[in-house]
Amino acid sequence: MSTTSYKEKIAARAAQEISEGKVVNFGIGIPTLIAKFLPPEVQFFVHAENGVLGMGGRCPRGREDRNLIDAGGAYVELVPGASFSDSSVSFAMIRGGRLDVAFLGALEVSGKGDLANWIIPGKYAPGIGGAMEVAQKARRLVVVTNHNDRADNPKIVEECTLPLTGKACVDLIITEIAVMQPTRRGLLLLEIAEGVELEEVRQRTGTELLLPPEGPGRF
Amino acid sequence: MNKVCSLEQALGRVNPGDMVMVGGFGVPGTPFTLLDGLLKGGVNELTVVKNEANEDHMGISKLVEAGLVRKMITTHLGLNKTVIGMMNRGEVEVEFYPQGILAEKIRAGGAGLFGLLTDIGMDTELLSSTKQTMWFEGRELIVESALKGDVALLHAAKADRFGNLVYAKSAKNFNPVMATAATTVIAEVEELVEIGELDPEHVHTPGAFVDHVVLLEELSKEYGILEHHII
Repeated sequence: MSTTSYKEKIAARAAQEISEGKVVNFGIGIPTLIAKFLPPEVQFFVHAENGVLGMGGRCPRGREDRNLIDAGGAYVELVPGASFSDSSVSFAMIRGGRLDVAFLGALEVSGKGDLANWIIPGKYAPGIGGAMEVAQKARRLVVVTNHNDRADNPKIVEECTLPLTGKACVDLIITEIAVMQPTRRGLLLLEIAEGVELEEVRQRTGTELLLPPEGPGRF
Repeated sequence: MNKVCSLEQALGRVNPGDMVMVGGFGVPGTPFTLLDGLLKGGVNELTVVKNEANEDHMGISKLVEAGLVRKMITTHLGLNKTVIGMMNRGEVEVEFYPQGILAEKIRAGGAGLFGLLTDIGMDTELLSSTKQTMWFEGRELIVESALKGDVALLHAAKADRFGNLVYAKSAKNFNPVMATAATTVIAEVEELVEIGELDPEHVHTPGAFVDHVVLLEELSKEYGILEHHII
C-alpha cells in the first residue's frame, strides 16, 4: 500500500467512530483526513484548541480569513452552528468532558491503552500543547497511526518507553491493518484489514493480541 | 473618559525584567505592532507568557531572537525551529504547561485566586515528578500557582475609549484571560469607536480591565494571510 492509500484506509475506518451530533477533536497528521470520509448528512462539530467549535474543511484558496485558523495554523471554514470561545472556555470543554471523541496520532501506544505522542527526549521536545488534556479527558480517545514506524518497529507495544501523554487513556487503535481495543486483560483484536492475515498482524504487533470469541471482523 | 494613547506612551509602562503576557494563538490575536514597539525600545530581561512563540522571525520570535527575553512560559513551540534551537542551546529558558492549564493559571491570577488543583499530567511521570502535589478529597493532585503579569499586551478588533474590547473569531484565544491578569493592560485595536457605540451584549472584555488603548493606523503584513498555510 502506498503511504497515501494506507493513511486514507485508516481515516476511512476512523470516520465510522463519529456519529450525529458528536463533538470531535482531530490531532495533527492522519486525523486531519478523517472528516472527508463522513457523509454530508451527518452533522458533527469539530473542536479546535484555539477556540473554534464547528470547523468545516480547509478554506479554498482566496477565501482565507486572517482571523480564522485551526490549532495548526491552517485557514478553515465554519459549519452552521459554529461558535468561538477563548482558550479557557475551549479547554473547559475538554477537561469538563464535553469532547465526545478525539483522534490522536501516536509514537507508541501500549496494549493497556497508554499513549506516548508528544516527546522524544533529546530529539523532539516542542512542548505539550493541548495533547495531554485531550488524551486524558476526551470521553473516547481513538488513536490512528501506522501499525509500524519507519524502521518497521511496532508502534503498538507491551509498555511505552517514551514519556507518556496519558495513562490507560486509549479506547481504540486503528491502523492500516487492524482495529484493536485496549482492555484490562490486554489488547483485543477487533478487526483485520481485507487481504491481511492474522499472522501478519501478530508479527507486526509488539504485544500479545487477544481474539474475540467470534473471531476478528474485517474492514 | 479616554484611555487612547500613543504606542510610545503605552509601552513606556513596560520595564526591564517585567513579566509580559501576550495574547494570540498563531497570527490571530497577536499584537504585532506592540511587539515591534517593544523590540525597538529594547526593554530586556523579559519573562514572556504566550501560547507559542509565533512562527520564525515573527512577533514574539523577534524579541527572543534579539535576546530581550530571559524566559518564555508557553505551551508549544512546534512551528518555530529558531526558538526551539535557542532553547536547546540554553539561550532562552522555556517553561512548558499544558495549554488549558496555562490558560487557567492566568485566569486564576486574574480572578484574585492563588492557584489551582489539577489531575492533568498526574499519571505521567515527566510532569508530576517536577510538580508540587497534594492530597485533596481522596486523591493526589498537581498544585499550580496562579500567574499575574506586570503587563498584558493584547490585540482586539474593536474598542471604545473606555477600553471595552471586542475580538474577532479565533483571535480571542488567550486575550480575554490575559486582560484580567496583569497590573497594566494595553490593547492595540483595529477600530476605535466612541463610548456608547458598542452593544453591551457584544463586549468580550469589559473596559474596567483595560488601561491603555492604542489605535493601529495600519496593519503590517504580519497580520495578513501566511502563504505557507494556504492549501
